[in-house]
Amino acid sequence: MILLLLRLFRIVASTRPRNASARPDAPDGPGPGRVSLVLHQARYDLLGVLRDRQGRFFTMVLPLIFLVIFVGIFGNNTVGPEHVKASTYYVPGLTAMAVIAGSFVNLVISVTAQRESGVLKRRRATPVPAWVVIGGRALTAIAISAATSTVLLVVGRVAYGVQLPTSTIPAVALTIIAGSATFCVLGYAVSTAIGSEDSAQPVTQAIMLPLYFISGVFIPNPSLPQWLQDVARVFPVSHLAAALHHAYDPSVHGAGFMWSDLGVLAAWAAIGLAVALRRFAWAATAAPA
Amino acid sequence: MTTISETLSATPVRAGQPAGGEEPVIAVRGLRKRYADLEAVRGVDLEVRRGEIFAFLGPNGAGKTTVVEILEGFRERTEGDVTVLGADPARAGGAWRDRVGVVLQESSPEPGLTVRECLELYAGYYRAPRPIDETIALVGLSGKADTPGEALSGGQRRRLDVALALVGDPELIFLDEPTTGFDPSARRAAWDVVTGLRDLGKTVFLTTHYMDEAEHLADRIAVIVDGEIVATGTPASLGGRDRMPASIRFTPPAGAGALPASLRPLAETDANGALTLRSDAPLAHVQMLAEWACAGGFDLSDLDVRRPTLEEVYLSLTTADRKDRS
Repeated sequence: MILLLLRLFRIVASTRPRNASARPDAPDGPGPGRVSLVLHQARYDLLGVLRDRQGRFFTMVLPLIFLVIFVGIFGNNTVGPEHVKASTYYVPGLTAMAVIAGSFVNLVISVTAQRESGVLKRRRATPVPAWVVIGGRALTAIAISAATSTVLLVVGRVAYGVQLPTSTIPAVALTIIAGSATFCVLGYAVSTAIGSEDSAQPVTQAIMLPLYFISGVFIPNPSLPQWLQDVARVFPVSHLAAALHHAYDPSVHGAGFMWSDLGVLAAWAAIGLAVALRRFAWAATAAPA
Repeated sequence: MTTISETLSATPVRAGQPAGGEEPVIAVRGLRKRYADLEAVRGVDLEVRRGEIFAFLGPNGAGKTTVVEILEGFRERTEGDVTVLGADPARAGGAWRDRVGVVLQESSPEPGLTVRECLELYAGYYRAPRPIDETIALVGLSGKADTPGEALSGGQRRRLDVALALVGDPELIFLDEPTTGFDPSARRAAWDVVTGLRDLGKTVFLTTHYMDEAEHLADRIAVIVDGEIVATGTPASLGGRDRMPASIRFTPPAGAGALPASLRPLAETDANGALTLRSDAPLAHVQMLAEWACAGGFDLSDLDVRRPTLEEVYLSLTTADRKDRS
């Protein structure tokens, strides 16, 4: 997945030829090292996201509120196919939601807004390479998803005694990062279909809310009719949730990697990448004049 | 603005920049741009020299934005040669962008960042950025350095845009309608900033709808109408302005009698009884008027001798051209 993301950056970087330099002796690209420039970009993107009250609520607070509500409703009943405690079910389920909110929803909204308000175009007018802008924003999304997931994990542990098996910590970490990267790519793809900042929030919610309901995020999957389960299996949300549920399952022994689910996520990332590369635009489409 | 002159005196022109007189900063020859069903730019030639402020004027839909975006490297051209700072903007990369600053017609501040943070972000993009506080002072935003960009007024946002375009210390700056929507004092402040850019040795490519702005700032002007350049020149000479007749306007007092015979064919009377002479020889004609008034024992207290304004020249260029075509 990381490799795929790196490839995305390389391809995007190569979409703008940068050979005809006016100073043939000058090295191409800006002064600072390339990787440190991504961190530089991510640092300021992160500041921007953290200072946005609405974004903060939807990405970081709402999953926590849902956790409290769902555990409150189901108490200590056992739920889900693995018959685990409600809290043990909902911590990974809402971690999936947090990953999607931080990567997909927040990224679609901010990228659309930045495209429509000229921010992306202004950055494009500077020497910063395309992949730095795109990669910095994706890194921001991954950091936010990871942070919110950690908060859920800690709250689950402290408030509800949800134990994450030590052996599956690498699996959980990889799933969160891979899921976050996948939903970043999908976010870039979906942002190309949204024409205005105002419609970004409703569109992302219209996509994600039904998927949360049928993908085991809000309601355990087996309580759904078979055809809904089949529909859910097509989309990436159920696979992210399933991989996280599996890793949190106390009966699991071993590393807990769900390669089949991660494979489906990778396939979705590839689709998103193809769409994003074909359609991504740096500026609002204006009438020629 | 004292801040500007102070900052400028502390900042000499970047060493190694050759003086004027050599290869132009922007050279455009035979530029054409066709969209599906319309040719927006139809054979444009332009030349912008180092260190000058060049104003590019034209009505909406005349092809102005298309030309500017081609020069900025945002649009591909259909035909023609375009060289900006020695490179083709359509193929130029990071090293070229390092030398060019762009102030877009519309762009919001970076979301969530203060003025200083916006500049820190952009300074990181460039190889040799200007000092941040000095750049903020240059656009007169020192008092707002820690204010969120989104909390600035319209005029302050524009100045932040200029600061973001300047922080990389570019040689060439594109300013696309930099003062649209400004109140008169904000416009004056912005003009000071632009004049300051010339003093720094920068080349400025400016588009504007305001003729007073072009007149105040520009060394040279080009006017584009329907995709073609219809006039190029200094503000004083554009469209033959320096050779156009002057207007001599006055209200003859009651009982002044008839005008001197040689002036009569030049005169037009308006509804208020004021006379306007279209004069190719204003000094001689004013002298004749003076002799006429002295002889009659009266004065012409509202006498006004005026060159055609840049706005009048512009309107005649843009409307005349349109009439020819329709």
